[in-house]
Amino acid sequence: MDFYGSHWVLTFLIFFPLAGAVVAALVPERLARSVALGVGVIELLVALPLFWTFDPAAGMQNRIDVPWMADWGIGYRLGLDGISLFMVLLTAFLLPLTVLGSWSYIRDRQRAFYAMLLGLTTGVVGVFVALDMFLFYVFWEIMLIPMYFLVGVWGGKERIYAAVKFFLYTAFGSLLMLVAILYLYFKAQGLTGEATFAYEAFLALPLTFTEQALLFAGFALAFAIKVPIFPFHTWLPHAHVQAPTAGSVVLAGVLLKMGTYGFLRFALPLFPAAALNETTVLIFMSLAVIGIVYTAMVAAVQPNAKRLVAYTSVAHLGFAILGIFAFNLQGIQGALLLMIAHGLSTPMLFFLLGMMYERRHTYEIADYGGLAASVPILSAMLVFAALATIGLPGTSGFVSEFLVLLGAFQTHPYLALIAATGVIFAAYYMLPPLQRIVFNALDRKENRVIPDLNRRELTILVPLVALIIWIGVYPRPVLDRMEPAVSQLIHQVEGGRMVVAPPTDHAAERPPVAAADEERR
Amino acid sequence: MGDGIVNGAAAGFSPFLLGWIVLLPLIGFLVNGAVAIAARRYKPVPLAAASEEEDVAHRHEEHPATPEPIPATPPAWTKSLPTFVAPGVIALAFAIALVNFFRMLGAGDALPVIERYWSWMPVGDLQVDVAFQLDQLSMLMTLIITGVGALIHVFSVGYMKKDEGYARYFAYLNLFVFFMLILVLGSSFPLMFVGWEGVGLCSYLLIGFWFREKANADAGKKAFIVNRIGDFGFLIAMFLIFAHLGTLNFVEVFAAAPEQLAFGGAVVTAICLFLFLGATGKSAQIPLFVWLPDAMAGPTPVSALIHAATMVTAGVYLIVRSSVLFAMAPSASLVVGLIGALTAIFAATIALKQWDIKKVLAYSTVSQLGFMFAAVGIGAYVAGVFHLMTHAFFKALLFLGAGAVIHAMHSALHATHSPRDAQDMRNMGGMRRWMPWTFGTMGVATLAIAGIPPFSGFFSKDEILGYAWSGARGELPISQGSLFGVGGEVWMLLIGVLLAAAALLTAFYMGRMMLYTFFGPNRTGEAESPHLHEVGASMKWPLVVLGVLSLIGGLFQVEADVPIVNWFAAVAIGGPDALYNFLAPVTAPAAAVMAQNIPAATVATHPAWPVLLAIVIGAGGLLLAWYLLKPAALGVEGEEPDYRRAWERILHDKWYVDEAYDRGVVRPVVALSGFFARVLDRRLIDGTVDWMGRAAQSVGMVGARVQSGHVNTYAFVLVVGAVLALFWFSGGFAWLAAS
Amino acid sequence: MLTYYLGLSAILFSIGVAGVIVRRNAIIMFMCIELMLNAVNLSFIALSPYAGIEGQVFVFFVIAVAAAEAAVGLAIIIALFRHVESVDVRNFSLLRW
Repeated sequence: MDFYGSHWVLTFLIFFPLAGAVVAALVPERLARSVALGVGVIELLVALPLFWTFDPAAGMQNRIDVPWMADWGIGYRLGLDGISLFMVLLTAFLLPLTVLGSWSYIRDRQRAFYAMLLGLTTGVVGVFVALDMFLFYVFWEIMLIPMYFLVGVWGGKERIYAAVKFFLYTAFGSLLMLVAILYLYFKAQGLTGEATFAYEAFLALPLTFTEQALLFAGFALAFAIKVPIFPFHTWLPHAHVQAPTAGSVVLAGVLLKMGTYGFLRFALPLFPAAALNETTVLIFMSLAVIGIVYTAMVAAVQPNAKRLVAYTSVAHLGFAILGIFAFNLQGIQGALLLMIAHGLSTPMLFFLLGMMYERRHTYEIADYGGLAASVPILSAMLVFAALATIGLPGTSGFVSEFLVLLGAFQTHPYLALIAATGVIFAAYYMLPPLQRIVFNALDRKENRVIPDLNRRELTILVPLVALIIWIGVYPRPVLDRMEPAVSQLIHQVEGGRMVVAPPTDHAAERPPVAAADEERR
Repeated sequence: MGDGIVNGAAAGFSPFLLGWIVLLPLIGFLVNGAVAIAARRYKPVPLAAASEEEDVAHRHEEHPATPEPIPATPPAWTKSLPTFVAPGVIALAFAIALVNFFRMLGAGDALPVIERYWSWMPVGDLQVDVAFQLDQLSMLMTLIITGVGALIHVFSVGYMKKDEGYARYFAYLNLFVFFMLILVLGSSFPLMFVGWEGVGLCSYLLIGFWFREKANADAGKKAFIVNRIGDFGFLIAMFLIFAHLGTLNFVEVFAAAPEQLAFGGAVVTAICLFLFLGATGKSAQIPLFVWLPDAMAGPTPVSALIHAATMVTAGVYLIVRSSVLFAMAPSASLVVGLIGALTAIFAATIALKQWDIKKVLAYSTVSQLGFMFAAVGIGAYVAGVFHLMTHAFFKALLFLGAGAVIHAMHSALHATHSPRDAQDMRNMGGMRRWMPWTFGTMGVATLAIAGIPPFSGFFSKDEILGYAWSGARGELPISQGSLFGVGGEVWMLLIGVLLAAAALLTAFYMGRMMLYTFFGPNRTGEAESPHLHEVGASMKWPLVVLGVLSLIGGLFQVEADVPIVNWFAAVAIGGPDALYNFLAPVTAPAAAVMAQNIPAATVATHPAWPVLLAIVIGAGGLLLAWYLLKPAALGVEGEEPDYRRAWERILHDKWYVDEAYDRGVVRPVVALSGFFARVLDRRLIDGTVDWMGRAAQSVGMVGARVQSGHVNTYAFVLVVGAVLALFWFSGGFAWLAAS
Repeated sequence: MLTYYLGLSAILFSIGVAGVIVRRNAIIMFMCIELMLNAVNLSFIALSPYAGIEGQVFVFFVIAVAAAEAAVGLAIIIALFRHVESVDVRNFSLLRW
């Protein structure tokens, strides 16, 4: 059996954490974290070779297509391409780190906690590799449950409010997507007589512009809430502030990426004419730009460090949306790279905040000050993470933001111009709190006696630092693996947007996109 | 790659260990950083207070507060290792740079040599490599950075000797040199930007080096944020270049620009203006100069290296590097020249009334950078670079000298625990008695900056003034440009007048600084003055070397066709116009662009009077200071008021620019942020979400009211329902309806 | 004859219904439910000569279920009584909403 040449590697990556979750739930309480760590490390070790075995030229690979509920055309369909590869790797990479980050943070109900954490991974990996719309939806929703409990059980004071808000808000968006998926399913059945939920079958569907627009809206709302795009972002700060470190790390690291991934994998290719319609593009890019500037300003005045980082996430993901809707090689590759960069730097910040919380039991910026004098290594790490977050050249953040802005500038220079002020606002939101935490006088006794990072904590942070610098200095291996998939996507969508089915029932209605296209020519 | 790139063999010049020039400082950073981390464990930890307040420390078993007993003082190697490594790597880099320089001289080739290392951002059309471009300009900058840098590293050994962050300091300083070298050696705009932001980072860390003082950390933060505004301009310029030329590599951009962009067109003008916005941030020009004076919060050698000799001149380097673009945009060039001249005079006025010796030098730096920008703005690229070089010598010397004075003052005041300010000139006076070497070398630097022949500043400043006069007579290509409908000559006349006035003020405030510091009676105090002393060898010899360079630095570029100046042609190093000839290959494309697009710019002629005027201005300023100011009558800090007259107050308070920015920019942005966060985000957006949740809940509540929870009610409803159902099935309703 | 049986059954059932609706004592309500069950049993048996023997079989089922129900129901009432010292159903509205 060729493990890396077949679907088995993906199947393993999806279901191994689930099996691990069951084991973690059954072993004695004190062993749960060790089990989870073991599962995480194995998951990472198994996922890692994908980086080399992945063949960029081969397109979608490691595929499988077997019936699951054959009567309804639901199949177990998986596949991996240059867009999903790094999301899977990122998920696997963060898993053992989150376990280590929770090592001493989580003290009660450890079995349940680690079972939830591992179960969450199953859902996330599944989302990134599913090529069956029903299967995708199942993974998409299933991942809400462990996350709900992670926030709701092990969270802070207002955890219930935050968890319910997170659950309802995101589930609400997903339901419209479900409707859209079902519409596509029945449409496909009506046209071909064959029931199927296969992603590729949906790609080939002829849709009128109105259909595309409505279905796109259904998908886009689900993804926009998940990303989150301004103004659908308000669940995120609540969830982040209340979530335990591991929850925040997974949330920022991979869950948000499901939204941007959804745009790239589903919303754009399925409804090219609606998605790349000039108005749609303008709406999304404007929202992205507003998100970048607005949330940066909101972040700057937050007294709570975790809330601040949560808002910066919205600003960063705004860059990703900007790059995706710029829809050129630089923009999309930049967006993908940004998803990785953000998946490294923001988790690093959350880990560090968690470590500070373990020492001082507060996230309030005002409770810190002068840490550089008492805990220099923690401070150095915090400075590094903050600088990586604001995209200092040499870190992964710079390359990605640069590519996104470069791509966006070619299509919408004025919006890109405003978005580029994000680099100023980034310094504006990150440096003052950094100063108030790390620098200034060490005037509180509590801050003097805290210990510096221990080996376990360094084990979490050093790989993150290394990856951030590596991608910042030599992103080529990553870019090279993405490029064929991205150009194929662009090619396919650009080709698809011209093919709009003529309206059947409303013969008089003219597809607006065709009209717009004619005007442009 | 493009045609312009020639590998070593064909050009007759192969770079020697080029990568190591950059790598060595990085190695230094890593070593010193490791030492800094190792040394911090020996730092005295203030645990005494903690033992009685056990409850404040939240400790787990996994976080023992004291893992092991910590010795109070670090072992000697944590100081001796950085002492040798940090200056050593820079000196080694300088040596390699020198080898390359002489090879380059011997080869005499005109083309840049590009050494590729790896492909950095290959995305579609965008191909950015990590590659270094060695040509005459980057060579010169590399020599300045490593040469002056090595001297300042040596000086720092003495200056920072007693600081507990010794290794950390050298780690930052090495890292700075690393990024600065990337800035000047990078072969593309993005790579240059890496260095550009990297030096900003090091500047941030070094300004806030003594971070326990909030003011220092504030200054570092301010520098970073203001620089980011400039970086925004740099980014936009890069996007514009890529959007119109499809590449960001220097060689390709400058080859394609004259063909693909319209001369004087909107695009190239916009590119240049955005680049210049970047330059104003890094090089502290109007309107973004406000961070540099605050940056004096850092250790003084840092001010010398970063905020005088190297980093702040990056903007000048950027413009000379992009001279082809600026030559194509005469209007933008005039803006550069005008802003430079305005900055020169503006900062010079502020320097007149500062008491802090470093503040005087800081505003002096801003002013001198203005001179450089004025030069490159009017198309005198070599003159700008020349002044950059001489300024690097004499301003580094001035800062190091000031550092030596502060060092002496500090130890004197420290000996009696006096709370007075070691940097305030009112507490100094008569220092030449204790510090003859410092006085002598700083005197040389003062004569140089004032523009007294034959000191270096005379040659470079005179060249800039000479070009401005030529331009005012319409003899420069840029004179043919116009700005706001006004011709280039008029602007250049204005630039020339402003610069001349700034030169006069420069001589005056430098004379003032020297007088108050080194002449007159000593005001340090009875008890303190015996503790004043000359600096040690590691600090003295860098001063001497820089003094020699400040003395002879001007001889690298003696204009052969300018009267009076050409008297020195015989002793010119490398022959007359050496720098001009050396840099000619770099500036030639710009000259070619101008020659091609501007019809018959007249050849410059050089009368003697501007040179004479420059000498008179320089000497006059010093003499004026000598006769007007009475150091003997000066009171100490506290007695002597900050200002006496209203205009002095305005100058002392820096024209209230900081206050204006605070009211006009900072506070509105913060207020708007607060409004966004508290009202728009919490109330409106999140409020709407919560409201929708509550609305759904209240709809549910209506139904919930029916569920009283009383079994009897339920049973009653059930019975009524059953009766009605029976009635329905038995046809009762139909019967009722029928009857 | 059948009319009397069915009439008795209807009366018994109505008494049961009225008891459940009107009374607040859980035990009495419980007994009223039993009463309704037995009213139904009576009509089953009364009708079995005409409708078939299945009616009598059903009675056994009902008796069995009623026995089980009595056991569980009384246990719940006792548990509730221990909790609130009352068998008044007005106190037991915790499950609403």
